[in-house]
Amino acid sequence: MSGERHLEISGLRKRFATADGALTVLDGIDLAIEPGSFICIVGGSGCGKSTLLRIIAGLERDYQGAVRLGGAPITGPGLDRGFVFQEPRLFPWLTVEGNVGFGLAGRSDREELVRQHIELVGLKGFERSFPNQLSGGMAQRAAIARALVGLPQVLLLDEPFGALDALTRIRMQQEVLRIWEAERTTVILVTHDIDEAVYLGDRVVVLSSRPGTVRRIVKVDLPRPRDRASLEFTRIRQTIHAEFFTREEPPAPAYAI
Amino acid sequence: MEVQEISELPAIPTAVSPAAWRIPDRALGWIVPLAGLLLWEILARTGVLPPNGMPAPSVIAGTIADLARTGELPQHVGITLWRIALGFTAGAAAGTVLGGLTGSVPLLRKLLDPFLQSLRNIPSMAWVPLFLLWLGIQETSKIGLIALGAFFPVYLNLLSGILNVDRKLVEVGEIYRLSGFQLIRRVILPAAFPAFVVGLRSGLGLAWMFVVAAEIMGASKGLGFLMVDGQQTGRPAVIMASVFLFAVLGKATDAAVQGVGRRWLKDGAGAA
Repeated sequence: MSGERHLEISGLRKRFATADGALTVLDGIDLAIEPGSFICIVGGSGCGKSTLLRIIAGLERDYQGAVRLGGAPITGPGLDRGFVFQEPRLFPWLTVEGNVGFGLAGRSDREELVRQHIELVGLKGFERSFPNQLSGGMAQRAAIARALVGLPQVLLLDEPFGALDALTRIRMQQEVLRIWEAERTTVILVTHDIDEAVYLGDRVVVLSSRPGTVRRIVKVDLPRPRDRASLEFTRIRQTIHAEFFTREEPPAPAYAI
Repeated sequence: MEVQEISELPAIPTAVSPAAWRIPDRALGWIVPLAGLLLWEILARTGVLPPNGMPAPSVIAGTIADLARTGELPQHVGITLWRIALGFTAGAAAGTVLGGLTGSVPLLRKLLDPFLQSLRNIPSMAWVPLFLLWLGIQETSKIGLIALGAFFPVYLNLLSGILNVDRKLVEVGEIYRLSGFQLIRRVILPAAFPAFVVGLRSGLGLAWMFVVAAEIMGASKGLGFLMVDGQQTGRPAVIMASVFLFAVLGKATDAAVQGVGRRWLKDGAGAA
């Protein structure tokens, strides 16, 4: 593992100034992420999971603690990290090609990288389409291609399928796995969907809410492609589920409806 | 067999085929104005409308043709278009520069925007005597007035277009480490561009309004002058001919600006 790039977070604490004092969003986060692994971060709304991802991306700079990529502290955004937002956030005045190659302006290998990554996400034939001509799933594929085009060490996905319908979401989960297997970048995916986290991740990091702390890290030792209906899958999902809904307040049983 | 039957269904002739009566949507818009013109013509010819107040459309058309033949009309139209071109270009350029600067530099916005916004509240016609006093009765004052009219819509639309650029798109620019200038050029300006074109078009509309005002106030040439001349010499057909030409020219220049805007938008999309 030595010499390889490695994402390390230690003693991370993030506070936001609000009207009535400081609000601690993340408190004492320690995480070590191996290169090439697929990490899912789950938590309820307001647990700071998106903030954690934005800190890794370099979009939030004001924090305490250390966040290092390959030993070097993260001070701002960089091409070594690709970011996919919940919405595709494509530039409406650029074609798919223009959007995917946005971060590579002036590079001689731009055309080749753009072509490769449009093919990788399955958008071949749509290079010259504008974002308003794409479906939600296709637009998000373009956004993934844009995040990967700079050959990042780490791909950061912030609830990337939250806005898609259930069927498209499952297809996109399979797509992301395929892309990850092809590219072997480290992937960190933030989600509130336990099923999605167990289906995709090598490890699932469960965050508690207000302030966000690492409540538990669940290893998912299942071969891919994973069967969502298998006993092991269900067991892991229940383990994570139990972290959110404690025994004192169980989810309402089906027959009580 | 069944399939065949179904495929034959639409061919069954009805007494009146609705398709035969269908008029294209574009033509629909012409029906009311053409019917109005016809009615106007009839009413004017039968003497229901006073000829010294509402001359018939055919008379107005004849007036335009006569004015064109004598070479008087091209001169008036030419000078009016020239004033619009100079005034609009100057005003739109100033609006673009100031709107772009105040949109991009917060300090400049805080310094300049309140002042410019307060100037906007002065009724446009209130500027006329001042401009005549400052810039004289010649061309400069007219062009200055037109430029002022074109300035505010361009400035305001560009500024608000820039300020309303989606923060989420700006963040994508930050992810790719764009510097301040690159961010403006590659994200903020393209995103604000549709608002800018709206500003140009309404600026042009105001430029036309101001050219009429300027030419009514004091000019010896131009469509606005022709209109006043028609009024003073009791020729309603000349007044209406001028009004008609203002409408046609205004629409034509608006279509031109819109076309240029579309072209820019497309070029911008192809590049970058």
